[in-house]
Amino acid sequence: MDIHKQLFVGPSVCLGPIDHEKDPPIMSQWTHDPEYLRLVDIKPAYPISAGQIKKKLEALEKEIEESKNLYYFTIRSKEDDRLLGFATIRWIEWTHGTGWIRLGIGNSQDWHKGYGSETLGLLLEYAFSELNLYRLGAEIPEYNLGALRLFEKVGFTQEVCRRQALNRDGRRWDALIYGLLRLEWEAQHEK
Amino acid sequence: MKNDLFHGDLVYLTAEESDTQAAAFSRWFRDTEYMRLLAVSPRVTWSTKKVKEWIEKDYEKDRPEGYFFNIRAKEGDKLIGFFGLWDVEANHADTIISIGIGEPDYWGKGFGTDAMRLLLRYAFVELNLHRVSLFVFAYNTRAIQSYYKTGFKLEGRMRAAMLRGGKRDDIVAMGILREEWEKNVI
Repeated sequence: MDIHKQLFVGPSVCLGPIDHEKDPPIMSQWTHDPEYLRLVDIKPAYPISAGQIKKKLEALEKEIEESKNLYYFTIRSKEDDRLLGFATIRWIEWTHGTGWIRLGIGNSQDWHKGYGSETLGLLLEYAFSELNLYRLGAEIPEYNLGALRLFEKVGFTQEVCRRQALNRDGRRWDALIYGLLRLEWEAQHEK
Repeated sequence: MKNDLFHGDLVYLTAEESDTQAAAFSRWFRDTEYMRLLAVSPRVTWSTKKVKEWIEKDYEKDRPEGYFFNIRAKEGDKLIGFFGLWDVEANHADTIISIGIGEPDYWGKGFGTDAMRLLLRYAFVELNLHRVSLFVFAYNTRAIQSYYKTGFKLEGRMRAAMLRGGKRDDIVAMGILREEWEKNVI
């Protein structure tokens, strides 16, 4: 184990805590982009004010404290500390060693720059080496091609096809569940 | 209109007072075989008081967050189990369900299958859903057989998602679409 290795810092991003003053207005802006909302969530796209986000973040920190099976990070640019997105590991079942991953880069101008990829790498290291989880899952709508590519690139396998589980733009889409086991991730990293 | 949403051949659906439910749930919780077929969380022993609080907090949800039913056997009127339709997504018309027959004397005799038929009818005819989803532990072969019988299709397996008794096993995902249910209904 290399104790000097920073778990929360990558080449261009940092995982960190919520800034309850600075983050809500930026997060509120993200919720005004339906494209982002529809990629990151299955709930109907709906804009939220900074004030409402502030309340949600407070409730989130309470839930993290009480449930003990949820981790939430903000993603910031290393260069200028700008808020880029969020990443979570949730629904952790400690006795089974399982958890679910979700991440989002809020501003479309920040897409395709490798931030998601870097964040996912940090998250996997954290989940497998620090939380000692055995398996990670992620549910991804079939229309989120960027996420499918990203998760496949780091080694996730498609395990479940929840047929026609989503209804958007007047047609049905499948909801896919992807999984990655620790031994698969370790094997990749030995190379 | 066909209004027999709450009555099947072997079972019928009810809402029970939280005391009655807590007493039944408490009893079923102490059967670790039942609980290991039903739930991922590790087995614990809860007082009836605690079960009642948990029911009032987590199960007595207002629709549409969840639709929860108790199941009674028609013959003998015994309270034998429950099912719930959760996470009903209004925009997507999908639900993830849970179902359990708590009384072991009622396993393997068609009671669960009959209850599931009522669940599906309710989902498609009253909630107007497009599909019903469930997750079941791979080692729960009796349940999986019952689900196939009522028309569910296998949609995949979450590998190594369970660790019990020192063994890793999968969680199986199944789903049924409205058009499949319509073809299956006798």
